[in-house]
Amino acid sequence: MAAEVVMRVWRGDSSGGAFAEYRLPAQEGEVVLDVVHRIQATQAGDLACRWNCKAGKCGSCSAEINGTPRLMCMTRMDQLPEGPVTVAPMRTFPIIRDLVTDVSFNFEVAKQVPPFAPPPRPEGGYRMAQVDIERGQEFCKCIECFMCQDVCHVIRDHEENKAHYAGPRFFIRFAELEMHPLDTNDRRELLRQREGLGLCNITKCCTEVCPEHIKITDNAIIPLKERVVDAAYDPVAWLGRTILRRRKASPNEAAAHGR
Amino acid sequence: MAEYETHDYDVIVSGAGGAGLRAAIEAKSRGLRTALICKSLLGKAHTVMAEGGIAAAMGNVYPEDNWQVHFRDTMRGGKMLNNWRMAQLHAQEAPERVQELEAWGALFDRTADGRILQRDFGGHRYARLAHVGDRTGLEMIRTLQQRAVALDVAVFMECKILRLLSDADGVISGAVGYWRATGDMVVFSAKAVVLATGGVGKSWKYTSNSWECTGDGHAMALWAGADLIDMECVQFHPTGMVWPLSVRGILVTEGVRGDGGVLRNAEGRRFMFDYVADMFREETADSEEEADRWYADHSAGRRPPELLPRDEVARAINTEVKAGRGSPHGGVFLDIASRRSPEYIRRRLPSMYHQFMELAGVDITAEPMEVGPTCHYMMGGVRVDAETGAATVPGLFVCGEAAGGMHGSNRLGGNSLSDLLVFGYRAGMGASDYAEGRTGTPAPNQAEIEHTVAEALAPFERDDGENPYELHHRLQDTMQDLVGIIRTGDELDQALERLDELVFLAGKVKVTGGRAYNPAWNLATDLPAMLTVSRCVTLGARDRRESRGGHTREDYPNADPEFGKVNLVQRQPSGGGMAEEIKIGPEPIPEMPPELAALFEEGH
Repeated sequence: MAAEVVMRVWRGDSSGGAFAEYRLPAQEGEVVLDVVHRIQATQAGDLACRWNCKAGKCGSCSAEINGTPRLMCMTRMDQLPEGPVTVAPMRTFPIIRDLVTDVSFNFEVAKQVPPFAPPPRPEGGYRMAQVDIERGQEFCKCIECFMCQDVCHVIRDHEENKAHYAGPRFFIRFAELEMHPLDTNDRRELLRQREGLGLCNITKCCTEVCPEHIKITDNAIIPLKERVVDAAYDPVAWLGRTILRRRKASPNEAAAHGR
Repeated sequence: MAEYETHDYDVIVSGAGGAGLRAAIEAKSRGLRTALICKSLLGKAHTVMAEGGIAAAMGNVYPEDNWQVHFRDTMRGGKMLNNWRMAQLHAQEAPERVQELEAWGALFDRTADGRILQRDFGGHRYARLAHVGDRTGLEMIRTLQQRAVALDVAVFMECKILRLLSDADGVISGAVGYWRATGDMVVFSAKAVVLATGGVGKSWKYTSNSWECTGDGHAMALWAGADLIDMECVQFHPTGMVWPLSVRGILVTEGVRGDGGVLRNAEGRRFMFDYVADMFREETADSEEEADRWYADHSAGRRPPELLPRDEVARAINTEVKAGRGSPHGGVFLDIASRRSPEYIRRRLPSMYHQFMELAGVDITAEPMEVGPTCHYMMGGVRVDAETGAATVPGLFVCGEAAGGMHGSNRLGGNSLSDLLVFGYRAGMGASDYAEGRTGTPAPNQAEIEHTVAEALAPFERDDGENPYELHHRLQDTMQDLVGIIRTGDELDQALERLDELVFLAGKVKVTGGRAYNPAWNLATDLPAMLTVSRCVTLGARDRRESRGGHTREDYPNADPEFGKVNLVQRQPSGGGMAEEIKIGPEPIPEMPPELAALFEEGH
């Protein structure tokens, strides 16, 4: 173990900034967040970073460590290459200060998701088989670190897409609801028209950075794309709907349903 | 004149963990103008870290379970210091609150016939914890968060409340705080205020708690004239990580033991068999063979001693380590690797597997974990009315960890998440009723606002002063060393002296930089609450001259029946603040009605 760690931490705000270098004695077993905390306590009290649980469970301390989105609390210093460690804020979101970004985009998208809408609860409670909920449980592991959003190139370098694109975090939320055995809501037209599911070109960058190892692309986005395509473009389904006069829910109807 | 923005609501809720979210959902569902205010982003509160499950006597795995058994387990776990009515409501209403979560989209693990699966935990007679692997808290907070968003509750994120505000008649009428992103001040006026601010663990060096757990609600309620009870009753969870040092204190779920894990000392001995207290002897196995039969079938043997209540297990580990039988890094061994298959472990305990693999380089399917006690939970808190969560000052309602009474002197695992739901709901109802019945427009005291704002900004004005991080570290050392798991009168007196000095120094904190997202300043504004709560814990520990539940006195090692009849009540009659006088004294606990008392007689 080297005797000293060198950290290059981005400091600044929405008007601009630069990397500042900090040198500290190395300590055994530390994660990046530990070193940031030591910088705060001894050299730069106002160095801004988010963190809560320091155990990989809350998803607050996302940052780009040596250029890769990671949780600072789960990145061990001794597993990074030797030499200076750079820590920068997530690039896809506007800077508030230092490592803290304005992630309100995500909370706005969350409001657009039509909620879970189950049938009335039967006497004795709902029954669901474990096998039928396991896929949904995979998506529920999401800790909302927003690193999948950060790395998604539909919005990473295209601010203009944010107005009509939900992003991987919310595609797994939609998938969780769409695959919930009890849900009665239909969100497929909403996904197609407003949430920009078609913009995802399945490069799997989101899956690569997910700290919960959720298979975002394979298990959520691709199945959703199939469902949306089936609903919107499949001629047999169209014929069936026309004959049976079953109309698709409009995005607004889907959003209103279940509130 | 201080500059600030203003907001007006019927009900404001401070804290967006399980209790705060549940309270806000209730108030909003009732049609009240409701605001939810939290120090972090929504969904990041400490509830997210809860692992094991939600205790509720649904009887899905053991049909013989019912609310009376759960009530009895809870009271015995709390060493009978609990508010009996809270424990009763909790046991009766938890199943409905869990079903409600499911109707809002939560995906609990299932039984073979499709119902909610329940797992074993310490102190619970039957498998009772509804759960999702070992990430139940995440499922709960996300479900509640999504429900609150669907109901369009107004959410103020990264907004720190500094103080409650009262009107000319002393009725709580709002709160003052600041936005962390900008440092701008904000004043809320409200007809009712709910505090759901969570725990106090950040006053200790080794804790499972997140940075937010600074006792804000406990302190703000005390400053506003409310009573606190049983503040000496702090739970040290028996199994926190002990190595590497930087992650010391991070929780290792009790689910490891519920699912078959056992504790061993350096000699390889399952030492918990040596620490079974008389109160639990009758229902605890006396051989490894008997204990091991129990996991598959609870009628085939009695409970393993690893599943005694947390206070018992934590003290036993502490004793083993002190006797020199600890693990290399000062804990003991928690072994599930030799007892369950790797597949089982990874399926039942996925986040424990990752936590140890990534932070300690330990594969828990192949080797034992090293664990030791970590500061985990505050049983004490604001004295509340069981039915409504009303505190002893009008207009104030408190729920979750900030409220006292429910858990007595020791909380059972799994009873926290259920507490958040049951009493979050009740405090939301209580606050809504109060707000609907309140006439006139709440008029928060202007002088309180001015004073609070000036005090909060003072650290920027000083040319020279104390480093808030340094003070925080000294506080943590003090509480860890002198007010830890085992206490003595001499050390508590020393702690009180040191806390007085720290309170003095906290009045001289200096911070540099601006107000926008400045962690040094944020910490400086957390210190008054941390110091206030630390004083309360230490005063309570000094005056409770007995050992009971989470409070252990080396110089008074036994439970004293006289102390078993009283809460230690603390209040600040002559002005609220970290440096103001705190009065403490015993007051009788509410007396249990005979039909409930009968549950504790022989044969039950």
